[in-house]
Amino acid sequence: MPHRRLTGSRIREKRLDQGLRQSAVAEAVGISPSYLNLIEHNRRRIAGKLLHDLARVLGADPSHLTEGVDSELLDQMRAAAAAFGETAEVARAEEVAARFPGWAGLIAAQARRLSVLEERVQTLVDRMAYDPQLASSLHEVISAVTAIRSSASILVGQEELDADWQRRFHENIHTDSRRLADSSEALIAYLEAPQAESATATSPMEDVEAYFEARDVHIPALEVAEADLDAVVAEAGLVGPAAKLLRITATTYHQDAMALPRQAFEDASVALGYDPVALAAKFSVGFDVVLRRLATLSRGDGHPPMGLAVCDASGTLTFLKHVPGFTLSRFAGVCPLWPIFRAMGQPMRPVRADVVLPGAVPTQLRCFAVAQPVGQVQFDVPPAMQSTMLVLPDPPDVVRDPLPVGVSCRICPRSGCSSRREPSIDGDMLQAL
Amino acid sequence: MGKRVLLIEDEPNIIEAISFILSRDGWTVHTHEDGETAMDKVLAFPPDLIILDVMLPGRSGFDILRDVRAHAQTGHIPVMMLTARGQDKDRELAGRLGVNHFMTKPFSNTEVRDHVRHLMEA
Repeated sequence: MPHRRLTGSRIREKRLDQGLRQSAVAEAVGISPSYLNLIEHNRRRIAGKLLHDLARVLGADPSHLTEGVDSELLDQMRAAAAAFGETAEVARAEEVAARFPGWAGLIAAQARRLSVLEERVQTLVDRMAYDPQLASSLHEVISAVTAIRSSASILVGQEELDADWQRRFHENIHTDSRRLADSSEALIAYLEAPQAESATATSPMEDVEAYFEARDVHIPALEVAEADLDAVVAEAGLVGPAAKLLRITATTYHQDAMALPRQAFEDASVALGYDPVALAAKFSVGFDVVLRRLATLSRGDGHPPMGLAVCDASGTLTFLKHVPGFTLSRFAGVCPLWPIFRAMGQPMRPVRADVVLPGAVPTQLRCFAVAQPVGQVQFDVPPAMQSTMLVLPDPPDVVRDPLPVGVSCRICPRSGCSSRREPSIDGDMLQAL
Repeated sequence: MGKRVLLIEDEPNIIEAISFILSRDGWTVHTHEDGETAMDKVLAFPPDLIILDVMLPGRSGFDILRDVRAHAQTGHIPVMMLTARGQDKDRELAGRLGVNHFMTKPFSNTEVRDHVRHLMEA
């Protein structure tokens, strides 16, 4: 449903908020109540003088009555509906967002919160099942309990024991009881630790992304030749796997920074219109290095917003930098049509593709991607592949036939897509959009 | 001399307790604590029954069980596994590898003795 058709819903909402009768408002702007009724039900378009008159009577800014709904908010609402079955009127999500932006935001925020909590639960489940430290602690406790039980059982059994055996089993119980006490204390200390961190922790990847996001993906301490990686990791305050992952990511950042010194790269980026092919040629570096480096250029320094996504050969997203208009979800299953995945099918060949996201106001993005091996080369061992994609929202020149992509199948309204993995949540949505 | 049991376990006090119980029940008990060399011990001292812990230094009890079953000289020997990990997947894996009985710690002495008797009578 085009955004402008929802202008009527906003006018109606504003009028009802102020307790004004339809006839009174219609009279004030010189139209019939029945015509205003058609406008309010989005059955007549409205613009120009009449829009301004109605805005004046309702005490509203005309632009607030006509502006579109944030497509990202709509995607989040649809994702929220997808997560809870098909009971919500998905086709009317845009109308809800237009009329009740606060409630729409709340739905989206709750859905995001649920995703974070589900991820946290999964992290804890994985920890309980696979954490070697926890497994070792439990094994220690159970072994001590087993030994105590067996020894005690012998001592209280029916058989007569000579003094030597009695002494040995008493000593064993004493030793194992002390061991049990120590291992129990260690276990409790271990189990208490995650409660403190669970207030903020999600997954290690998200922790690392949050670190970079908080710094707009620009870490001055890593831009210098004598960068102290340990200090950077320590300053981040991350622990465990997140700290290890940050060190790996920071190492790559530092290597990129050494290959493309910031000032020279920044100047060249502006001069060459942020063209990654031209930049790679100018500096004689890999295409992926340029893509990662472009993503570190800050909007605060006057550069255009640029998102980044990195995935491994399984398609698992290992790093994400979101920018307005570009967001991918690890949880909902990403649309396979994004160039980051296509690049994986043609390693070492840079891909440039303009893509369009569905929506009442389709969002165009320019993507540059390349897939290539990472890590050390070894005989008879398949290389680990990594695909990197830079995303520029609102490209300066709009192409006629951009590649249709989506966020994920469940909330994608496109019909006839050969890459669809599962039906979208509501068939009505297909007609509505 | 009674029938021979090889107890492969790395917890000294569990070794002592089980050895005591089975010895009093008439078994000749030999023990071994290292996973890496456990199969050498099995071959050097072919027992009538093996009691095998899962978590051992050097090599897991599952790997040892696989070797025991694969070797012509030892493939027929009944094996009872002891584990502190009671997960279904461990039990299933042991079953697929041909374990005769899977016992979760902490167990009672009576359980150990009864199952050993049962396996030798079977």
